[in-house]
Amino acid sequence: MSSSTSPVIWKRDHFIKNPILRWTVIILLTAYVLYALNDMDLNWARMKSGWPRAVDFFHRMFPPDFSRWSMIQRGVLESLQMAIISTTISIILAVPLSLGAARNISVRWVYLLSRAFVVVARSFPPILVAIIFVKAFGFGPFPGILTLAFTALGFMGKLLGEAIENIDPGQVEAIRATGANWFKVQLYGVAPQVLPRYVGLSIYLLDINLRASTIIGIVGAGGIGGALFNAFHRYEYDTALAILIVIIAIVLVMEFISSKVRGRLQ
Amino acid sequence: MFSVKNLVKTYPTGQHALKGCSVDIDKAQIVSIFGPSGAGKSTFIRCINRLVEPTSGEVYLDGMEITGLKGRELHKARRQMGMIFQEYNLIERLTVMENVLSGRLGYVGFLQAMFRRFPQEYVNEAFDLLERVGLKGYHNQRADALSGGQRQRVGIVRALIQHPKILLVDEPTSGLDPKTAMIIMQLIADLAKEKGIPAIVNIHDVALGQQYADRIIGLTEGEVVFDGPPSKVTAETLTQIYGEEDWSKTIRKVEDEED
Repeated sequence: MSSSTSPVIWKRDHFIKNPILRWTVIILLTAYVLYALNDMDLNWARMKSGWPRAVDFFHRMFPPDFSRWSMIQRGVLESLQMAIISTTISIILAVPLSLGAARNISVRWVYLLSRAFVVVARSFPPILVAIIFVKAFGFGPFPGILTLAFTALGFMGKLLGEAIENIDPGQVEAIRATGANWFKVQLYGVAPQVLPRYVGLSIYLLDINLRASTIIGIVGAGGIGGALFNAFHRYEYDTALAILIVIIAIVLVMEFISSKVRGRLQ
Repeated sequence: MFSVKNLVKTYPTGQHALKGCSVDIDKAQIVSIFGPSGAGKSTFIRCINRLVEPTSGEVYLDGMEITGLKGRELHKARRQMGMIFQEYNLIERLTVMENVLSGRLGYVGFLQAMFRRFPQEYVNEAFDLLERVGLKGYHNQRADALSGGQRQRVGIVRALIQHPKILLVDEPTSGLDPKTAMIIMQLIADLAKEKGIPAIVNIHDVALGQQYADRIIGLTEGEVVFDGPPSKVTAETLTQIYGEEDWSKTIRKVEDEED
């Protein structure tokens, strides 16, 4: 050892460097969580009295009752169709929307307009949108399809738009230099670079829409969700379980197919 | 046949990339542009085909003023200027043939382009040019499967199939090994001579630039500081363009290669 007299103590800096501020934040957050717990009336008494009811409810679900198969089948098919139609609509409309929502392609006012649409479409969960559309267009799969297409479009506009913003600008430049017009620049300079992402997102979207299509039926927007809701309402828990099993099976199959296809795209 | 008058480019950041450059090219010659990084070489070449919008000044090609053209007219003017890039800028996911034919995008309709229905004469010419640059049999390979030298050959063919009246070449060899770099420069020089068109070549490698050029232009801080034949390039010239340095070895390298 040479000249050093004492070892230098090294400590990683705290995320919030000012100790007063740091402790204030920790104390306030802890206090608020405790207050919220108290305010929400989370207590053991309710937990204890509810537990037997949950067990009873669970018992009454078994065995699942598939006797109303034609009704289940109709609902499931309707959900599937809603998912496929709404996905098709949204992946077609997503092309102009995401070009508009990409800063490097779009002009300023189109960009702002497209982004505004994306923000609105993404800020409402499907069930809320479904309530609005059911009020406007009446019950059935029609408002359901509109709901799914609308929310899916927000999803695609954001993710595909960001994919377009991240493309290699050199390839776009090269196509511009050939004298190609705007549309042909998109076709050769942009599309090949985002095509795998587009296909992957489209499949993922079908997956999402299928799940959502089973839920929005609860508020009357068509599909199997309505049947599920009715079954619960009539205390037919065994039928409800049958419907749930069918939904889970479909979602699993979709999951399997989409992971296969996306795996091949890499 | 080609003329740039008092070209000025000031970027929105306030950076003065070009401060009034004038260049006339009246015959099919290879013009190497020397200059340190940030001297405005890239901006100069991109102001010619208006990938970068010049602030002021004029560019003429065969008597037509390119500055001031809009929309369809600008696209038509760009068809007459072939560009070759530093990073090749091929469409990585498309095949060699699609990349080559993209040079003819200015001549086909949108649906033709979309469904790859290019006229047979374009396809024939693409095959001929690919064979000419040594890429026979590569037409169905994806661009991202090629080596750097092969990619730049595709880049050259894409520019040539435009039937350009001038070639704009931006650092064509900077990503390549020395031997490949020489082969690529030779190819560009030969093909430009063959087609009887001038080529403006931005290049970092002084020796390489001198070897293949008929004329050297020195660009420093957005201004033309030298314009003359390669034989007139001396250590003083290079100091003028790049700044103080011992240039004796750089110059001698050229003489060695000519032996």
